[in-house]
Amino acid sequence: MIRRWFKSGDPWIWLIGGAVSLSVIMVVGLLLLIGVRGLGHFWQPPVVEATVTEASGQEREILGTIRTLETVSAQSVRESGIDVPASLNFVERYLFKLGNRDITGQDFEWFVADNLSEFRYPADAIQLERREWGDFFGYLQAIKENGEVIAEGEAAFEALPPRLARANAIMAEINHLERYEIGQINKNIEQLRLERRRIELSDELTAAEKAQAYADIEQQVAGFNADYEVLFSELNEVRERSMRDALVATTSDGQSVTIPLAHVVRATRANTMGVTDKLMEYGSRFWGFLSEYPREANTEGGILPAIFGTVMMVMIMSIVVTPFGVLAAIYLREYAHQGPVTRMVRISVNNLAGVPSIVFGVFGLGFFVYFFGGNIDQMFYPEALPAPTFGSPGLIWASLTLALLTLPVVIVSTEEGLTRIPKAMREGSLALGATKSETLWRVIVPVATPAMMTGLILAVARAAGEVAPLMLVGVVKLAPNLPVDGEFPFLHLERRIMHLGFHIYDVGFQSPNVEAGRPLVYATAMVLVALILLLNLTAIAIRNRLRERYKSDSD
Amino acid sequence: MSITTDTDPQADQAESARLRHRKLRGLRDIGTRLMVSTAGYGVVISLTLIFVFLFIEVMPLLRSAQLGEVVTYATPATEQASDSPETLYLAKERYQEAAVRFLDNGQVEFFEPTSGQMLASEVIETGDADIVSFAHGEPRTQMAAIGLNDGTAVMVKHHYEITYPDDVRKVTPNLEYPMGPSPMVLDPEGSALTHIAIQEGERGITVVAVTEDDRMLLKRFVARTSFLTGETEYTPTEAVLPPPPATIKALLLDITQENLLVIDQNEGMHYYDVRNPNRAERLDTAQLVSPEAAQAGIEVTAAEYLLGTVSVMVGRSDGSLSQYMLVRDANNVGRIERIREFDSHPGSITHIFPEFTRKGFVVGDASGHLGIHFATSNKTLLLESVLPGAVARVAVSPRNDGVMYTDTDGQIHYRTLKNAHPQSSFQALWQKVWYEGRDQAEYIWQSSSATDEFEPKFSLMPLTLGTLKAAFYAMLFAMPLAIFGAVYTAYFMHPTIRGWVKPVIEVMEALPTVILGFLAGLWFAPFVENHLPAMFSILLVLPLVMLLTALGWRALPLSIRQRVPEGWEAVLLVPAIIGAIWACVALSPSVEVAFFDGSMRQWFTDVGITYDQRNAMVVGIAMGFAVIPTIFSIAEDAVFNVPKHLSQGSLALGATRWQTMLGVVLLTASPGIFSAVMIGFGRAVGETMIVLMATGNSPVMNFNIFEGMRTLSANIAVEMPEAAVGGTHYRLLFLAALVLFGFTFILNTIAEVVRQRLRTRYSSL
Repeated sequence: MIRRWFKSGDPWIWLIGGAVSLSVIMVVGLLLLIGVRGLGHFWQPPVVEATVTEASGQEREILGTIRTLETVSAQSVRESGIDVPASLNFVERYLFKLGNRDITGQDFEWFVADNLSEFRYPADAIQLERREWGDFFGYLQAIKENGEVIAEGEAAFEALPPRLARANAIMAEINHLERYEIGQINKNIEQLRLERRRIELSDELTAAEKAQAYADIEQQVAGFNADYEVLFSELNEVRERSMRDALVATTSDGQSVTIPLAHVVRATRANTMGVTDKLMEYGSRFWGFLSEYPREANTEGGILPAIFGTVMMVMIMSIVVTPFGVLAAIYLREYAHQGPVTRMVRISVNNLAGVPSIVFGVFGLGFFVYFFGGNIDQMFYPEALPAPTFGSPGLIWASLTLALLTLPVVIVSTEEGLTRIPKAMREGSLALGATKSETLWRVIVPVATPAMMTGLILAVARAAGEVAPLMLVGVVKLAPNLPVDGEFPFLHLERRIMHLGFHIYDVGFQSPNVEAGRPLVYATAMVLVALILLLNLTAIAIRNRLRERYKSDSD
Repeated sequence: MSITTDTDPQADQAESARLRHRKLRGLRDIGTRLMVSTAGYGVVISLTLIFVFLFIEVMPLLRSAQLGEVVTYATPATEQASDSPETLYLAKERYQEAAVRFLDNGQVEFFEPTSGQMLASEVIETGDADIVSFAHGEPRTQMAAIGLNDGTAVMVKHHYEITYPDDVRKVTPNLEYPMGPSPMVLDPEGSALTHIAIQEGERGITVVAVTEDDRMLLKRFVARTSFLTGETEYTPTEAVLPPPPATIKALLLDITQENLLVIDQNEGMHYYDVRNPNRAERLDTAQLVSPEAAQAGIEVTAAEYLLGTVSVMVGRSDGSLSQYMLVRDANNVGRIERIREFDSHPGSITHIFPEFTRKGFVVGDASGHLGIHFATSNKTLLLESVLPGAVARVAVSPRNDGVMYTDTDGQIHYRTLKNAHPQSSFQALWQKVWYEGRDQAEYIWQSSSATDEFEPKFSLMPLTLGTLKAAFYAMLFAMPLAIFGAVYTAYFMHPTIRGWVKPVIEVMEALPTVILGFLAGLWFAPFVENHLPAMFSILLVLPLVMLLTALGWRALPLSIRQRVPEGWEAVLLVPAIIGAIWACVALSPSVEVAFFDGSMRQWFTDVGITYDQRNAMVVGIAMGFAVIPTIFSIAEDAVFNVPKHLSQGSLALGATRWQTMLGVVLLTASPGIFSAVMIGFGRAVGETMIVLMATGNSPVMNFNIFEGMRTLSANIAVEMPEAAVGGTHYRLLFLAALVLFGFTFILNTIAEVVRQRLRTRYSSL
């Protein structure tokens, strides 16, 4: 009977059906993994206190949050140098985030469950997110103002939030002073230096005129330097103000530590928080992640510049690729003679979609950056040489490279849309006396718009996720300035940008503290995947509606 | 009542307006045509541009060296002297603004190499003694030694002071005497020093000399720099080395001052370890000329170290050139090995001069030919007749942009030189090369290092192999899943579920590879390492579980089975598959304990299998994940579009669903599936981020599934930002890109043509 069953081929049908199930399970599992890990990053876990019994029999207190729990064979734990009783085959082990990198030098540690005491959740445990050195775990003791203790015990917890808010406000002020006001002066001085160099290179001015211009520039520089002095003293004064408050906390091993509130971004008393509090904290952290600048070699803080850079790049790319791709598709479908040459071009365009993206990166680097950008520098920015302006990787070159990369996507999609338009529509228009161009703009293009939209969205989705070519033509680990700011010409096409995809690569693989950055990588990945899924599902939805519309048209 | 006439102004106006309007429409029509055509041609142009530009960037690699116009001049020393002293040595300063020439009467001339204009002239004081031997150190040290016929020698450095008065570079040449200008005694017995060798290093200076009566003397000056004053003090030590069996004709001391090579009149090369001069002994001997050739009177006429003083170039009287170097054997003792031969010159080799920054060398011969060769790539870049008579001495500028040579009359000839990319040759890129410091010929990619003497290793083989390895494992994982899945989805699956599955696969295609790479590297690789048995048990258990589920389903009563329509098998399998995977993972530690002493990873190491955490298996699965949707979509399309009457005919004739699928549908759609695999393979070959993140990126030469690899694309991503623009390395990376471009383009074209033909066939069926 079994043999007959096999002969009928049914088992094989089940087997190949399993291939589909497995693929779908993998996709869904992957999305779930990213979603859970990415979103879980912002949830405040309880702060755990436990006693560890070391191999030597010594006991030690630890305080921190649990990152993971896993069951592994005892042998592999032994190989990593931890002593495990020989009778055990399996052990459970916890990865604790202990923070306090500045004190202990190590902020993550594995503990075998058997060596841990019962977990305790002390109410006075706090977790501080600091501007430097990662998180701090400890027990809050007191709040100090100008070195004097003003609140202790429970009162300290009450005094903390308003003072922290004040410190954060002052830090924002410092940031503004440094980033914008002093930054502006530095830029002005740099501009003057370039101006001077321009005059030096000029052939038209006489020596006397040059000397006059130099003197002018000197004077302006002096003016800016004076401004700088004023701002600098102001900055010092604000800095001093920011250091007024501090908190005193003890670490798990009993050390007393004083931390200025200016160094603290967020403070949470995890073990007394209710669900509402945690949800509020969650929202605040999530928003902070989306709207802040990165800190600590990108392993902490937010990803605003990366989001901004990705969006800017994709927008400029769309501006280039849409008209070019759409017109090219119209040419291929409506204007070109449908002969072997057109067929060849069409195949080539299709093939371009299959060319490895790194090849576009290499082309972009050689052609756009070094050849094109280098010549622009020679012609328009000779005063800045040898420092390149456009002759180095930057936003515009990244956008152009990706425009080339996504060109086939737009062309293919638009062409598909054009093919689906019934011939009767074209002929009707032409029969009524419309010219070819009128038929095109008034009849064909409006009908094909959804197809073009689909193409554009798919192109954007592809571009947003592409990293390899960008590593050569424009992205950078940390961009000090956004490509758009309040300074003329407002949009700085030559600047390097940060990018979500590259951020993932950089934090996950290039950063000095991979373990600390890991949750952030998941969160960034989640943002990127969400963005791309949204774009793709929109494209799929548009396309499906489009198909139905033509179906009813042709019926 | 109004009468309309032909000359009604209103009508006229209307008519002209209409005309104008028509004209405007015509113009618009032309404008649109122009715009659209421009875009169309623009696409074609950009397509060609990519290819042409990559090609242009690669082209210079193929170019050989080119000489410029010749400038000939004689310096005063040759013009005035009656006995025309012989040139001992020629060299050039970094910026080509000064050249130096040592003559055998003790004169040293500095002149402009491009014009022959004299800059300075000095004379080395030798007293009453005559110069009988000359040696120079590694060219970059600018050190030279002159041996005299009374057993004394002078150490001298040609030095160039570079100043910038008025922002213009000015080079002032002069001679420096590290041990003072007066000759120092090397041989207390006072016999003439027929041969001499010198090297200067951080630790001091070593001079080796041979006397007329065949004694080999070594004098070492150990340097000690005072921390306070910065002055260097030299402590001399002396030793007498055991002489070789025959009279010496060349001495070669390397820059470490540890290895001495001696060539004797019997054409033997002898290796002495002179780390400790008092205990120096002859460790190895190699015959530089074969016995037959020696009988024909062929002898060694020139021998010179290459940059880094690791390999020796030997030139013979028959014009042949060979490279020798010391290779450490199993006991860590150096042995002289013949590494490679170069294109022969037509005349006896007269002089060899090494390049300053690369492993190239310039050769002059007795028939007036000038040759430029490169050691690593075994390439002859130039072999040109430049003089009617013999070439006496040759020299190349430190930046390889000019050569000088003298004729037998002492006249100097200067020519500019273009020799940018000698390092690439077919052999260097694709064949085994014996590199310096290695004990055999190998395929190695190692493009940069900290030191100047480093020999770049540009073998594309490990990268190509790595690329194929990654693609192979990716296809191994992706092909069954994608093709089976596509066939099932297109032919057996219920349309409702198909409507759900297709978007999921599209989402899979859209997932950025950086996400897949990061998960593979940071999550999956450690997971696999900790659950190795699960990886293998899943492979075995999954098909079994699927079959068992099918069997179980068959055993269910018909009433239940009928509730689920045909084509839902995939859905029914989902819980079974999830359960099976979970069970495999959960049982994995137990399996490790039961069969692998608790750790399969350790077990691998114990049985001698190298295991990297980020290995080909991880890459294969991650990249397979990226390739599945590509193959799936195209293959599904091909199967789904098989004309329905074919399969219906088959079913009507009594074939089962499976038989119809195998015999009719699959057969018809096979070209489509083939092109799907092609395109998937193309994608796997070019994928960058996954390989970059999920492997260790070490260029290995094997197909071990538990080791990583370095692919062409990842290599570009890693090294391109650091490659010097326009350099050989930069252009080689362009070559890698061109190879990738060409390969995927051809692959995709084949696939596309196959697909188009299939489409025409479907419509004709």
